[in-house]
Amino acid sequence: MMLGRVIGNVVCTMKNASLEGKKILVVQPVGKDGKDRGKPVIALDAVGAGAGELVYWCRGREATYAWPEEVPTEATIVGIVDTVQIPEVGS
Amino acid sequence: MLIGRVIGDVVATQKSPSHEGQKILVVQPLNLDGSDRGEAILALDAVQAGIGEKVLVTTEGWSAMTAVERPNSPIDMAIVGIVDTVDLIENVK
Repeated sequence: MMLGRVIGNVVCTMKNASLEGKKILVVQPVGKDGKDRGKPVIALDAVGAGAGELVYWCRGREATYAWPEEVPTEATIVGIVDTVQIPEVGS
Repeated sequence: MLIGRVIGDVVATQKSPSHEGQKILVVQPLNLDGSDRGEAILALDAVQAGIGEKVLVTTEGWSAMTAVERPNSPIDMAIVGIVDTVDLIENVK
């Protein structure tokens, strides 16, 4: 999974029937410092995430397992992050 | 799989039910020389790893789900080992 921030949403009227009722969000991947990393991705939402929230998301075939039915997605938001704790430790 | 170091953890109250009761750790992937390799990832912990430890991470769904005993779940990475040593043979390509 990776960290990301919700920066928008996508509205589709015509879509696959399994996508009905699911939120389609734009997620900007972020690094451990909270800064942007790479380009935004479009992800389905399985946890009720909203704009601006820090989330973690899953990619690949596993992304479809957030629902009991088969859903055509390759990225799904699977958690809303409360805190990320990275203590300073020597490597 | 890749080798990384556990550098932190994530707390999430609202999450996929399949992640309940699982530790979510922040792992910095490493090169063989120990330097950072790419961006930090989040992996569920199947071996009771701790912060600062060098670990083995599977980055494929089926293996990850199996490791944390949550089949058919949205899990794409899991920590499956704590690395004691990595021995490289010199001058072999």
